[in-house]
Amino acid sequence: MKVAIASTGNTLDSNIDSSFGRCAWFIIIDTESGGMEFIPNTNRDMEEHVGRVAVELVSLRNVSMIVSGDFGQKIKPMLDSMHIQMVVIKDSQKKISDIVELLNNRRK
Amino acid sequence: MSARIRRPRKILNPPSIKGFKPFGIDPEMKSSKGSVNLLFEEYEALRLRDYDGLNHHQASLMMNVSRPTFTRIYAAALQKVATAFVEGRQMTIEGGKVYFDSDWHQCNACECYFSHPHKQLPIEECPLCGSKEISEFDFPEENNQMQNERDKCICSQCQYEQIHQSGVPCKEEVCPECGHFMKRKGGPGRRGRKMKGI
Ligand SMILES: [Zn+2]
Ligand SMILES: [Zn+2]
Repeated sequence: MKVAIASTGNTLDSNIDSSFGRCAWFIIIDTESGGMEFIPNTNRDMEEHVGRVAVELVSLRNVSMIVSGDFGQKIKPMLDSMHIQMVVIKDSQKKISDIVELLNNRRK
Repeated sequence: MSARIRRPRKILNPPSIKGFKPFGIDPEMKSSKGSVNLLFEEYEALRLRDYDGLNHHQASLMMNVSRPTFTRIYAAALQKVATAFVEGRQMTIEGGKVYFDSDWHQCNACECYFSHPHKQLPIEECPLCGSKEISEFDFPEENNQMQNERDKCICSQCQYEQIHQSGVPCKEEVCPECGHFMKRKGGPGRRGRKMKGI
């Protein structure tokens, strides 16, 4: 399974970003292979449609779950209709490594 | 996919209000008639067709119903809105055979919230930490923002954009540049079609 995480940076020490559409980096994790991909969000400063563009970007990678600090009201129905699960973590101190660890433990 | 009867209709977002009240009613009319109830699926049909500017086919896919069913729901919605309008009746929006995307749950172990996109599957554990300590979660009413970003029409051919005129369905607008029909910018139409059959 592939999981996308909204991240403030491009390391495992980065924190979860409070916005999916406007996050700094997308981190794509393949829970089976353990592979990781770091993708800069070059669209984050667009005035409109950041959410939709972000959804397109991660859906191209066949992500089935997205973890973020929040999801916009327009993104939720999009992801629902695509059957992509949303996971919201309100604790902005959570590190990417924490999330990866949770996912890895769960898959064992 | 064959059309099935009595299938719950999918609606993407519950309406942000519970109804409408007319104002300036003639006092003699006031007590005579009750309110009109718009079912959730009727609300959704109006929203998809006239607010998002989808055609009946696209809208029926979004709601997971056959096209004739959509047409029937939509006709009922128009009839009710017109009745409320003309007769100055109050309108409530509730009821119907629907499910909302999304229902949310929370994990009491890792304190995350999560949606449940595969409704046919039971929810047993947190998708993140695997804990079974989960409970249903209602999002607090989020501020009913006006969706300004959406209020633009875009040409289906040349991508020309103009400000959406409220009350005029985008699809009846003709592009001043190339003469093709316009549609609501950022509507979920494309996405909905693509998602069919997943
Ligand atoms: Zn959990
Ligand atoms: Zn045009």
